[in-house]
Amino acid sequence: MKKPSKILIVVVTLVVVVVNVLAYEQYVNSRKSVVVLATTTSTYDSGLLDYLMPKFESKSNVEVHIISVGTGQAMETAKRGDADLVLVHSKKLELEFINSTYGIHRVGVMYNDFVIIGPTSDPAAINGLSNATRAFKRIANKGAEDNAIFVSRADKSGTNMLELSIWSKLEMTPSNKTQAWYLEAGAGMGTVLRMANEKEAYTLTDRATWISFRSPLSNMAVLVQGDQILLNPYAVILVNPEKYPQRNYKGALALARFMISEEGQNLIASFTREEEILFTPIARNLELAKKLGFPDQESELAWYDAQS
Amino acid sequence: MKMMIEDSFLEEILNITLLSLKVSGSAVLIGSLIGVPIGMILGLGRFRGKQSFMRFIDVTLRSFVNTFMGLPPVVVGLVVYLLLTSLGPFGPLRLLYTPTAMIITQLMMVVPIITGVTMSAVGSVEKAIREKALSLGATDGQAAWMVLREARMGVLTAITVAFGAAVSEVGGIMITGGNIRWVTRTLTTAVVVEVELGNFALAISLGVILLSMAFAINLALTIIQLKGARW
Repeated sequence: MKKPSKILIVVVTLVVVVVNVLAYEQYVNSRKSVVVLATTTSTYDSGLLDYLMPKFESKSNVEVHIISVGTGQAMETAKRGDADLVLVHSKKLELEFINSTYGIHRVGVMYNDFVIIGPTSDPAAINGLSNATRAFKRIANKGAEDNAIFVSRADKSGTNMLELSIWSKLEMTPSNKTQAWYLEAGAGMGTVLRMANEKEAYTLTDRATWISFRSPLSNMAVLVQGDQILLNPYAVILVNPEKYPQRNYKGALALARFMISEEGQNLIASFTREEEILFTPIARNLELAKKLGFPDQESELAWYDAQS
Repeated sequence: MKMMIEDSFLEEILNITLLSLKVSGSAVLIGSLIGVPIGMILGLGRFRGKQSFMRFIDVTLRSFVNTFMGLPPVVVGLVVYLLLTSLGPFGPLRLLYTPTAMIITQLMMVVPIITGVTMSAVGSVEKAIREKALSLGATDGQAAWMVLREARMGVLTAITVAFGAAVSEVGGIMITGGNIRWVTRTLTTAVVVEVELGNFALAISLGVILLSMAFAINLALTIIQLKGARW
């Protein structure tokens, strides 16, 4: 055999260099304080987090890595120990998360509301209803006659959980398998909004995402809003450091404290898209927080404020 | 349109493009080091001896390589995710949601591709070249070397095909990288985000960058191949 070719030497050298650079980067990253925030598509897609996080990062030396998925998946990610804290919106899943001891110190951060949007032609005649449950009933009835379509997120997101709870109030469990009018998208809010627009269908959406996305959705309009059941409170929950001591609990605490601080709350209140306010802060409005499903807001807030 | 020329916007596109190149490039480079030798050994038929046991190994390995060449990236992503998650066997390394996790994912994808294409490239010239070399009085080792030299264009093709597959892959790195802005967002996952956000213009521009990258690499390959014919 001949001596090893030059190409082989070059390739081996390159590989060694690449592997070393990667290892070095990994080392540098492991020394940096990185917080992994698992959150919902609504907080990310609306642009809130891209607006808020740089302000936190610039003063805290903590880098925030955002995993934007549905609420259900966000908490699954945290349960497996792959995130440091969650920012989510589904009380039922949140309480499960706390009760299974994966999460600690649930605190209300802000809220917005859900709206039912649909085609301007409104075949189910729900426009102006103030009762979301009744609107769902009408959509289902018209759907059964093949005159209306409903697009469901079908991804265990907070929005999807609320939608399912409304159907269950009607003692219905619609499924694409048996009902042709009920489309299970398995996608984020933005995709579902565009699907609804294309198919002239109804869907449930949080107002923030709707406002951010509505301009090209010419077939759609807000038809039902203002029902108590449609209020949409967001909570921050820390991942239990006793379960996952290897996670960045300190960084998570700092980020949570920032979001519920006076400064963070003011920033949330001043965040607008198309000149509309998208989220209303509630962390320091104890009465409102209580009403929105945070009975322990006062003690949790005191706990956060006492940390340093 | 004003937004299109903002510095931070260009900076982000550059960041995304470089990360794509880094992840797929590293995966293919490391993958070549593993895949090319295995492909060559299999292609030279070194296992195809008289013993039926060796032949059995040869057939099994070939079938494995061919099966894994068509491995769906999302499945690879899922497996790597389960390996790297905090609760998984490699959890303590804390690699999930890092570029390294993405490289590992793509590495698992490209090794079978490189092995498989190399294997068939070597295999297709093996018989003719080997016999000719042996008839001209070459030793067994020299004959093998001739075969490998003759198959070098096939090896190059293997590497290019692997890079093309890696750089255009989205399902796997979405799961293991988490698509974190500035950290693990590549051209393909950025397209997914921008489509979700309804920024189709930006999604298209990212797609064009991806396409130009693929074109540039294939152009280089074609030029080398044309020159190679005259080596």
